[in-house]
Amino acid sequence: MDRLFDFRDYGELLGLVHNSLIAAALLGVVGGLIGVFVQVRDMQFAVHGISELSFAGAAAALLLGGSVALGSVLGSVLAAGLIGWLGVRARDRNSVIGVLMPFGLGLGVLFLSLYEGRAANKFGLLTGQIVAVDTVRLGWLVGVSVVVLTGLALLWRPLMFISVDPEVAAARGLPAGLLSIAFTLLLGLAVSLAVQVVGALLVLSLLVTPAAAAFRVTASPVLAPLLSTVFAVVSAVGGILLALGGTIPISPFVTTISFTIYLVCRAVSVYRRHSGWGTRTPEEQPAAVAVP
Amino acid sequence: MTAPVPALSLRSAGLSFGDRVLWSGLDLDVQPGEFIAVLGPNGAGKSSLLKAVLGQQPLSAGDLLIAGLPPARGRHRVGYVPQQKSMDAATPLRARDLVALGIDGHRFGPRRRSAAERQRIADALEAVGATGYADAPVGLLSGGEQQRVRIAQALATDPTLLLCDEPLLSLDLRSQRAVAGMIDRRRREHATAVVFVTHEINPVLDLVDRVLYVANGQHRIGPPGEVLTSATLSELYRTPVDVLNVRGRVVVVGTPDEPGGCTHHDLTPADPGRRPAGGDA
Repeated sequence: MDRLFDFRDYGELLGLVHNSLIAAALLGVVGGLIGVFVQVRDMQFAVHGISELSFAGAAAALLLGGSVALGSVLGSVLAAGLIGWLGVRARDRNSVIGVLMPFGLGLGVLFLSLYEGRAANKFGLLTGQIVAVDTVRLGWLVGVSVVVLTGLALLWRPLMFISVDPEVAAARGLPAGLLSIAFTLLLGLAVSLAVQVVGALLVLSLLVTPAAAAFRVTASPVLAPLLSTVFAVVSAVGGILLALGGTIPISPFVTTISFTIYLVCRAVSVYRRHSGWGTRTPEEQPAAVAVP
Repeated sequence: MTAPVPALSLRSAGLSFGDRVLWSGLDLDVQPGEFIAVLGPNGAGKSSLLKAVLGQQPLSAGDLLIAGLPPARGRHRVGYVPQQKSMDAATPLRARDLVALGIDGHRFGPRRRSAAERQRIADALEAVGATGYADAPVGLLSGGEQQRVRIAQALATDPTLLLCDEPLLSLDLRSQRAVAGMIDRRRREHATAVVFVTHEINPVLDLVDRVLYVANGQHRIGPPGEVLTSATLSELYRTPVDVLNVRGRVVVVGTPDEPGGCTHHDLTPADPGRRPAGGDA
């Protein structure tokens, strides 16, 4: 139990992970917002696929002595570009991802086994690390977050339109292909952020679970992203705060918080479905009826 | 008195893919407030006609103008109602938001909807009788409710031309009548021109002014009573076709694309999941 929780020098530890907490909060905001589109565009599998290639990129950077942050961004963007380019249709996309993912993971494992530095660095790429965020890397994370958040702010409404209502959106002149590629690139950047904080294996817990939970309890286009963001921030920051007390990596804490939130939201949605939405009556007759 | 600018104008318009001519020499002016049904067998080019109007499919020949403007510039004058399609139950939009996307969904960057726009959205929902479920998630609406919301979405921009692509498909009889009635009321009250692509003429038979029937690379345009006759359709299909009037319904027998030989316009083999609309008076 001591390995799980030991809060004796908590105050001092907190000072050490200052950067990590900022990074986690940022990741929560980015993950919660982009998760909304992962959900409406059905791209959960793409998130996983991109994260494996991001891992390979980070591992290559570790081996070559380069910047892990840069490596993971390059891996992500490459994967996202391939998925966006080769897989515009959902079916193609999944097979492209299924092919890329094991290859990326294999490459990553190869690079890690060739690497002779600290073992904690290796493990951290897969399962996340607490104190890995130095000021230089925090700069990277902030920069990438700003790019993703700006991109989302610009694309939000058209992207929502083309995702949920593709025929009408195309009729209004929106370019489906370009929006799809632009979104996949933003997704790639967001995944690379997550890989550096929670590790490649558990990216889904911050890019998929919070939005999935939010969608259970609201259909409001304002409340859904807001809740999703709150859930993701609580999971990421809460995960770090709990992980500080032991020697366990942060990911089990993050995933547990995020999963618990999801369960609560499911329970709320069951209750909600029983109590009904709106005030409509199915038999309602409209004012105008076709003359037979 | 000068004639009003047609909502849609086609001049010697043609569309072909390689050797396959879908239609050619199409001259059509749809006047404000006019209701035109586009009929024809599967693959005759009905949907391609809509795509051409929406600027998604360039014509092979001729000209197309929307309210006197080329499609790229006239597109914002067009409202579009697609086929009913089930939406994911977890879609994070309410009926109201789907209508709102019809107004500003194509605009990039953050913006706040004005009070006037919000009022327009509420009015559009009210006009189709959807106020009661304006805040319900779109994914939980029934097919009929969803199509009403779609009409509100298409009309919220006050279009000059309303394009409908099989909007009644997969709706029950009561919703079919309600939705067709809403479209009809709109064009009478606001002079919105309606181009209505359908397999099935019967639910709108009494509402349409003219019919555009496309088959075999040819077409006929005229009032339903003139186009939907044995003589005209036999000529169009180049084979004997009988058009019967049964209790106010039009039944077409013997079209070559329907191998059973005897079928009506609301029973097309290509749509096996569809409910036949029996007992329509």
